[in-house]
Amino acid sequence: MTERISRDDVAHVAWLARLSLRADELERFTLQLGDVLDHAADVAALDLEGVPPTSHPYPVGNVLRADVPDGALDRAEVLAQAPETEEGQFRVPPVRGEAP
Amino acid sequence: MTAAGPALAIAAAVRGGERSATSVVEESLAAIASGAELAAFNTVTAEAALARARRIDDAVAAGEDPGCLAGVPVALKDNICTRGVATTCSSRILEGWEPPYDATVVGRLNAAGGIVVGKTNMDEFAMGSSTENSAFGPTLNPCDPARVPGGSSGGSAAAVAAAMTPVALGSDTGGSIRQPAALCGVVGMKPTYGRVSRYGLVAFASSLDQIGPITCTVADAALVYSAIAGHDPLDSTSIPEPAGDMSGALGEGVAGLRVGIVAELSGEGIDGDVSARLGAAAESLASLGAEVGEVSVPAAVYGLSAYFLIAPAEASSNLARYDGVRYGLRVPAATAADMNVATRTAGFGDEVKRRIMLGTFALSAGYYDAYYGKALKVRTLVLRDFAAAYERFDVLLAPTSPTVAFRFGERTGNPLAMYLSDACTVASNLAGHPAISVPAGSGADGLPVGVQVMAPALGEAVMFRAAAALERAQADRRPAGSGGATAGSASP
Repeated sequence: MTERISRDDVAHVAWLARLSLRADELERFTLQLGDVLDHAADVAALDLEGVPPTSHPYPVGNVLRADVPDGALDRAEVLAQAPETEEGQFRVPPVRGEAP
Repeated sequence: MTAAGPALAIAAAVRGGERSATSVVEESLAAIASGAELAAFNTVTAEAALARARRIDDAVAAGEDPGCLAGVPVALKDNICTRGVATTCSSRILEGWEPPYDATVVGRLNAAGGIVVGKTNMDEFAMGSSTENSAFGPTLNPCDPARVPGGSSGGSAAAVAAAMTPVALGSDTGGSIRQPAALCGVVGMKPTYGRVSRYGLVAFASSLDQIGPITCTVADAALVYSAIAGHDPLDSTSIPEPAGDMSGALGEGVAGLRVGIVAELSGEGIDGDVSARLGAAAESLASLGAEVGEVSVPAAVYGLSAYFLIAPAEASSNLARYDGVRYGLRVPAATAADMNVATRTAGFGDEVKRRIMLGTFALSAGYYDAYYGKALKVRTLVLRDFAAAYERFDVLLAPTSPTVAFRFGERTGNPLAMYLSDACTVASNLAGHPAISVPAGSGADGLPVGVQVMAPALGEAVMFRAAAALERAQADRRPAGSGGATAGSASP
């Protein structure tokens, strides 16, 4: 098969996507993503010079409203869904690990 | 006048005081319980549904009109947010999460007198064509429990096919309403992009996602569509035009209507039994006075490839929010970054990981132009080719799925084979056009086949018009006494 995506590529995108893959998963995902990209080769091979891209089915623009406080969610209700909170805020583990 | 579907019949009876909403909901809950082995539902909200039914009965008793969906039980796909009721997207990463707000469609259903009875199973984050990607196990097809119900809205389609609820809502990013409807023998409709608010629909691919109804009949689909569609200031992609009443279009007939069979979606790769049903559907429309011809939409052959670059690209961005910080699963770790990786690795299933990585790759430096950039240009070609086709035809016809319902495990080892299930449906999503799958008889092993009616943007009325005629033609062919459009039984 043509190597449209390598094991290193998959390891790199997994890292970008904050996913950790076991060795067997890396192997399997590399083959499976390669299959999909092989199928997409028809698109990659098209000469589309001069064709503008469409990122959205309709022309959309910014939708603005008056800058007045409105419709905020209840803080307690939102925080009740968080894995960990402290003093009305979301709590996460240390960003830089344990202090030395 | 005879009601043209169970939802219309229930609403008429409840509004007229002939039936209580409570008895309707009790019947629905009993059907859900007796069909539990189909695993159509992730959550059943029995108590809340009965409480709402009592309020609707009180309103009727007080001389008030609860609305066009009075007392109609509705199943919601589990990616539609319900305040205080678990919304999992059939993913471990959202297990137990209770949204602090309702999706706009939930408010609209309630305002019309509809009653939510539960949340239905789906492929994780709507990524799949069989519900086999659900973290909670697959839903079984009521027509044959050895086969998949399709996906990703498989639980919603199974719930309607097994007569658990007359109405379900699904979401359709690449065919996820229409394909399961076809495989379960019911009606599934994807509105024009922007017709139905996406506020409160958990995002998969934001430029493609659209909520729509799954019902037993075309008339019921039109009823539900009209109830949930319309402008919503909370969705900035919501279309300002009013959705309109579709009931007039249903009886118009197809005399003089120009119907084009899409060549690229009805030849190669389509099973013979499915092609035969498409041919029969086209003939029946012709016999009713439609001008049927073949039409070429050349870019449609690239639709699937473009879709499987665009949808994962958007998903890779949308699913970055699941980081273990604000809601859902958190796998503890020493640092925030490690917690992030551990949570996502444990919380997402394989298909979601594949799509996130595929999308990240298609967007990454060095590959963006060749993959994502090209796919966006193909999207332009799809729009152009459809525009040309609609100069000659009012609606287009194609199969909904290349095959009838397949067996469990048949495509799980080969993601590309699974992706091909969407070959006939993705073009409407890329174009943002409305499309509806209508049951069109039986194919291999007596399993249902769906035929898809597609229309240009904002063309719901003409789409429903053709779909209703197609449905009537099927009913005329069906032997007397063989029942309605509900395909399956709650107790296989």
